[in-house]
Amino acid sequence: MGFATSVLLGLAGLFALAWVLRAGARSILTGQSRSIANDIPLTAAFGLLVIAIYAAVAIAAPALAPFPEREIVGGQFQAWSAEHLLGTDRIGRDMLSRLIYGARNTVGIAFATTALAFVVGSILGLWAALTGGWLDQVLSRFVDALMSIPALIFSLLLLTIFGTSVLTLILVIAAVDATRVFRLARAVAQGIVVMDYIEAAKLRGEGAWFLIRREILPNAMAPLVAEFGLRFCFVFLTISSLSFLGLGIKPPTADWGSMVRDNATLITFGDVTPLLPAGCIALLTVAVNFVVDWQLHRASGLKES
Amino acid sequence: MIALRLALGIGLLFIVSLIIFGATELLPGDLAQQILGQGATPETLAALREQLGLNDPAPVRYWNWLSGALTGDFGVSLSNGRPISELIGARLGNTVFLALYAAALAVPISLILGILAALWRNSIFDRAANAGALTAISFPEFFVAYILVLWLAQTGLFPSMVRINPTTTFGDRIYMTFLPALTLTLVVTAHMMRMTRAAIINLMASPYIEMARLKGLSPLRIVLRHALPNALAPIINVIALNLAYLITGVVVVEVVFVYPGLGQLMVDAVSNRDIAVVQAVALIFAGAYVALNLIADVLSTITNPRLMHRR
Repeated sequence: MGFATSVLLGLAGLFALAWVLRAGARSILTGQSRSIANDIPLTAAFGLLVIAIYAAVAIAAPALAPFPEREIVGGQFQAWSAEHLLGTDRIGRDMLSRLIYGARNTVGIAFATTALAFVVGSILGLWAALTGGWLDQVLSRFVDALMSIPALIFSLLLLTIFGTSVLTLILVIAAVDATRVFRLARAVAQGIVVMDYIEAAKLRGEGAWFLIRREILPNAMAPLVAEFGLRFCFVFLTISSLSFLGLGIKPPTADWGSMVRDNATLITFGDVTPLLPAGCIALLTVAVNFVVDWQLHRASGLKES
Repeated sequence: MIALRLALGIGLLFIVSLIIFGATELLPGDLAQQILGQGATPETLAALREQLGLNDPAPVRYWNWLSGALTGDFGVSLSNGRPISELIGARLGNTVFLALYAAALAVPISLILGILAALWRNSIFDRAANAGALTAISFPEFFVAYILVLWLAQTGLFPSMVRINPTTTFGDRIYMTFLPALTLTLVVTAHMMRMTRAAIINLMASPYIEMARLKGLSPLRIVLRHALPNALAPIINVIALNLAYLITGVVVVEVVFVYPGLGQLMVDAVSNRDIAVVQAVALIFAGAYVALNLIADVLSTITNPRLMHRR
């Protein structure tokens, strides 16, 4: 299989590039950033490189894409050629261009959803832990009840009720995910609110918002950042799955999940093109997981012996 | 102890049904209006409301819905008017079959891999298994499914679409559902293997394992006779969690392989905004999820004498 080998070669190339960049960073940087560069494992360097590439592609999408996102520029299902590097899709849109715009749409929407879930979930979680009492009880029991329904099933139920536009998609997934963030934020903050410096700040007469923002949040940051990476992967996979099922981001907006669904017929003819968007999803998730693994490792203070 | 847990589980099921029912109350506008659209006359609207029982207060409707659901009567589909129990009937069996099939493959494989990875900790095998597991967790289900289709169905070894009907023999069923089952297996094995490994490695640091080692027992005997019985509780939990995960995993996999199961029914119902069907299927999925977690809790209590006979 020539294609599989070229994918493997590409991945090996990325790993080599990550290694070179890490070596470069070690020789140039000084001080604290130097020690991070010394410490970073190759998998995490690879992850950071891949994330940087995705971000660059998402930002520069209009400049990189040879054709517009939604325009029909050729026949249906054309093969790979010099003009259309990855061929065309079911109705003749350029695959490569849609793949590039997909970085912007799919990743952007997943990122926005995760950020929203985090803001809502962590503020409520920190607030519940700080206030305690009946507010904590009500919020926690409510979240427990919501979490007893599988996330995908609950999302599908909510999408039926509110319809399937991009905005409702973001709100629904963020709401479902905020319950998980709430759990973690509350658990982390409960260890912090019993500290003396919180007591001191309370005696100074600081309000709840100040306590959350200036006293609790800085100390809860490390686990929350790692959780953000994990949550992003989860949200990203959920949104892609929903788009794949035809219930998420819909054509003509270029999205990796719906692109797989749209062109899936090609797979039964042995064409790998429809798998490329799915591969893009998988690569980014693996990259984020590598970085999260490294961060968790650093946060827990474990060292490989 | 166990009776208390069972009572809690039933209470939780009740709350879950309340949430699933209550969610429809959030529906913007009126259900009858939704079904008939803007052009409906007031008379037809009133008639449909009467037929769906929308004029009753919410608690009465909830009671009717729940008591119906408990006796297997979920009402009728809003989009085609057929009884939902009829739509669900055969599909429920198909989905349960697929999930059990995947579990039968995944549980032994992941236990063996997890134990071996713990036994040969930090070896090449352990590292490869870990990297493989992390990668498999990161893949969307449809990606795994299509890779298998490309790789195994292209060569004609296995069918890429599942056409089963009530007359299909058991052997044919096993053969035809192999690819969907394998997809689910790959997705859940990674997670189960990692957790099994972590549970065993955790135990291997305890003093009584050190003692067994000093007595000169073989590593295999230490893992199987000393570590495994004490790791049963976490492992049972992991298995139950992943079986519960299979429940949602089937949704995507069923669509890829055009498998006539509950997941596909639910996806179709969501795109038609057929809330009655979605509610019914969501209740079944959520009920199975709660039940599996309950069973896991009870089993891990039974396998742990310290929890079983608490002073």
